Amino acid sequence: MTDMAEHIVKSFEAELARLRTLVTDMGGMVERQVALACDAVLERDAESAGLAVEADPQVDALDREAEQFVIRLLALRQPMAQDLRHIVASLKIAGELERIGDYAKNVAKRSLVLNQFSGPSSLTGIAHMSRLVQENLKAIIDAVGENDVEKAVEVWNADEAVDEIYNALFRELITYMMEDPRSITPCTHLLFIAKNLERIGDHATNIAEMVYYAVKGEPMPEERPKGDSSAYAVVRPSE
Amino acid sequence: MNETEQNPVMAAMQARSSEALRAPRISIRGVDFFYGTNKALKSIDLDLPDRQVTGMIGPSGCGKSTLLRVLNRMYDLYPGQRAVGQVMMDGANILDPGMDLNQLRSRVGMVFQKPTPFPMTIYENIAFGVKLHERLAKAAMDERVEWSLTRAALWGEVKDRLNSSAMGLSGGQQQRLCIARTIAVRPEVILLDEPTSALDPISTLKIEELIDELKQDFTIAIVTHNMQQAARCADQVAFFYLGELVEVGTATQMFTAPRERRTQEYITGRFG
Repeated sequence: MTDMAEHIVKSFEAELARLRTLVTDMGGMVERQVALACDAVLERDAESAGLAVEADPQVDALDREAEQFVIRLLALRQPMAQDLRHIVASLKIAGELERIGDYAKNVAKRSLVLNQFSGPSSLTGIAHMSRLVQENLKAIIDAVGENDVEKAVEVWNADEAVDEIYNALFRELITYMMEDPRSITPCTHLLFIAKNLERIGDHATNIAEMVYYAVKGEPMPEERPKGDSSAYAVVRPSE
Repeated sequence: MNETEQNPVMAAMQARSSEALRAPRISIRGVDFFYGTNKALKSIDLDLPDRQVTGMIGPSGCGKSTLLRVLNRMYDLYPGQRAVGQVMMDGANILDPGMDLNQLRSRVGMVFQKPTPFPMTIYENIAFGVKLHERLAKAAMDERVEWSLTRAALWGEVKDRLNSSAMGLSGGQQQRLCIARTIAVRPEVILLDEPTSALDPISTLKIEELIDELKQDFTIAIVTHNMQQAARCADQVAFFYLGELVEVGTATQMFTAPRERRTQEYITGRFG
């Protein structure tokens, strides 16, 4: 949109700018929320967990604000072409960010339970996964702000690596649980944490698809290969 | 179109929708138009799909109304105006000097911006045009008047006062009367030149509903300054600028993802 001439109606231009700011602000807020939640798990930091949980109502409020604003724009401006695409994409992106916020909150809550157990076997996998997911989230929020299709496609492709780590973690955690039933509680929570991070990655790819559509005017050409194979995974105790 | 063909998601979407454009009823090829020495249309190529609505949009003076006037040779009434090129309908070139203009105008009817009822009764307004082309007995004429008023969604409102003056009708009713008068001669193509620009919103919606009905039987071209109207009514939309056809596509494509920058700027209100 940057290379386009300005609208004849300046107030519409201002409203579109405000919508963009609303969504990127929300993105920044969710990015911090995910970072806090990951710290809460990796550093066993209850304070971070509390902050991540507290941030959620603000994210929800921004989502509602974006929704109201979009409904108003659609009703009053009757946007067309790229304006319409960007407005609809903003609405959907706000919804995706709100879901990401929910997952972050859930990760933070589970970290508090984990803290009640002595150090789990290993957090290396989760640490790796949380780093990748946060990188992708940051990249996609930048792509939203800059209408950067290339960056969006990169994020879209990068999610496969997240799925692979999740699949490995899934097997690893089940193995721990089989070896020592006392680890079932912390490992189950870790498994949910990993799943939440994996879902955050998926929502980032949804945002990538919306950026692509808003800028290019057509849906992304291919279906993303679904990398989460844990639904079919069978891990049996060794004889 | 090629881009759409290459994109399987878009192709599947289009296949499921009823948006496919039909075979052309009128094919415009390489049409130039001159007001004296002023070239108002530059090498226009455009198909009007059969029994579908083509919306023509663009800023004032872009040539869209001129093109409409080419399609039934309306410009012939004015000295110094001429068109060259081909406008093919049923294997004949409308621009051919030997074309029978009376017959052409009964096949390609036109409705104007302001309602133009004749200062006579409602019945006579319809019968007048029919009599120019056909000799009908009274009963057949009554039937034709009822048929065309019904098709124009006006019959219920005027059936008890067919013999009162058409000048007493409201603006919206007068415009529907003009549409009834146009379809009474059973044309194949209907040209609408900003048919609702003088009407209130409800009358406008009635005309739009009528256009939806009429496209089952007629091929329609509508010139409109109202973008939302083009979006609501048209199957195909053509965008004109400075006498050129900049872009043509399905209404969905033109209003959600136009290809040309000038189209994008115009329909999003960025025209400078």
